Amino acid sequence: MAHDHHDHHHHDHDHSELSETELRVRALETVLTEKGYVDPAALDAIVEAYQTKIGPRNGARVVAKAWTDPAFKQALLDDASKAIATLGHVSRVGDHLIAVENTPSRHNMVVCTLCSCYPWEMLGLPPVWYKASPYRSRAVKDPRGVLADFGVTLPKDTEIRVWDSTAETRFLVLPMRPAGTEGWSEEQLAGIVTRDSMIGTGLPKVEPKAAS
Amino acid sequence: MNGVHDMGGMDGFGKVEPEPNEPVFHAAWEGRVMAMVRAMGAQGAFNIDASRFAREALPPEVYLSSSYYKKWLLALERHLAALGMAGQDEVAAGHALRDGAPLKRGKFEVGDVERIMVRGSFGRDAAAPAMFKPGDRVRAKNINPATHTRLPRYVRGHSGIVERINGCHVFPDSAAHGLGENPQWLYTVVFESRELWGDDADPTLKVSIEAFEPYLERVS
Repeated sequence: MAHDHHDHHHHDHDHSELSETELRVRALETVLTEKGYVDPAALDAIVEAYQTKIGPRNGARVVAKAWTDPAFKQALLDDASKAIATLGHVSRVGDHLIAVENTPSRHNMVVCTLCSCYPWEMLGLPPVWYKASPYRSRAVKDPRGVLADFGVTLPKDTEIRVWDSTAETRFLVLPMRPAGTEGWSEEQLAGIVTRDSMIGTGLPKVEPKAAS
Repeated sequence: MNGVHDMGGMDGFGKVEPEPNEPVFHAAWEGRVMAMVRAMGAQGAFNIDASRFAREALPPEVYLSSSYYKKWLLALERHLAALGMAGQDEVAAGHALRDGAPLKRGKFEVGDVERIMVRGSFGRDAAAPAMFKPGDRVRAKNINPATHTRLPRYVRGHSGIVERINGCHVFPDSAAHGLGENPQWLYTVVFESRELWGDDADPTLKVSIEAFEPYLERVS
């Protein structure tokens, strides 16, 4: 069972608060189990899927495919849900996914100011910063300041388009393919597509070793 | 509702702090909470809009001082108590003390997991043609419902341009409160930064929201 009592990472919670929360979560799960609402093994399976199967690797494969296949890229920009469904080997994806393309004149960034809407199927569960107040409050007003927090500086005249995910549409940023990656395989390319580059708070990075 | 969850454009929250090599969950209980919310939602205890409203309705000081999954836990507890599914006394006791209200689709089992790995579709048939088309100039209405809405405060009263029509979707403002799906046309509406933030705004910035038709009025 995935009910490990001791958490390996205390973060900034104090230990007594953490224990109290753990006990409450266990108690709630026990109540839901005793009432026949959930099978704990099914909860295990959900947790495991998000820990092992569903993550940014899915989105990275889509981006790499778009970088190497112009017809796929066009299909992706026309209807991302439909285009990704044709790639049998990538995660299944629900409706209403929209791919937005970065160009030399325009950079896209995705936020959910009201909660934490995020393309789970493509990127997995969102990181803490995406769900936290600093990002949600500032992305729509001072995106260049937010990008600076990520160490990203864009040219002064680049248009920045921020997409606030206020409905059930979901957004995947298609970053620009970096120079120096000519002739790379899809797999090599997928290796440089970071999660943040698909949210719009980062850029794909070419490490010297990635080319080997 | 005009809650603290609606934080677009607020100042004072500080720097964004990305955590290198962040784990999917920072503690095992976070995963259990996420899984319970997904499972109970999948079986019909609540829809996604009601679930969001439960989190928005947490007291503001609790909302702002709780970690993400702590908010999910607190909202789930309150929600299940309100639905007659799990009382706060039962959570305190650590055991079921009575029968709970029936779950629409029955127990969530291992065989149900695969189904929830793909998001459901929110597109619905339209009762009427879309009122706006790409290129139309619209204004976000100045509405301030105390109930659930997905129209953020920072765009209310401001004008933008319809960029895309994204189909006709379940309307969260209705669905969150048990008032049915009440499908509405959904648009991407783009606002110039100076329209939202005044003359000092970054002129290279454009912000879009996903706006349901009832949030919008035509600017002639």
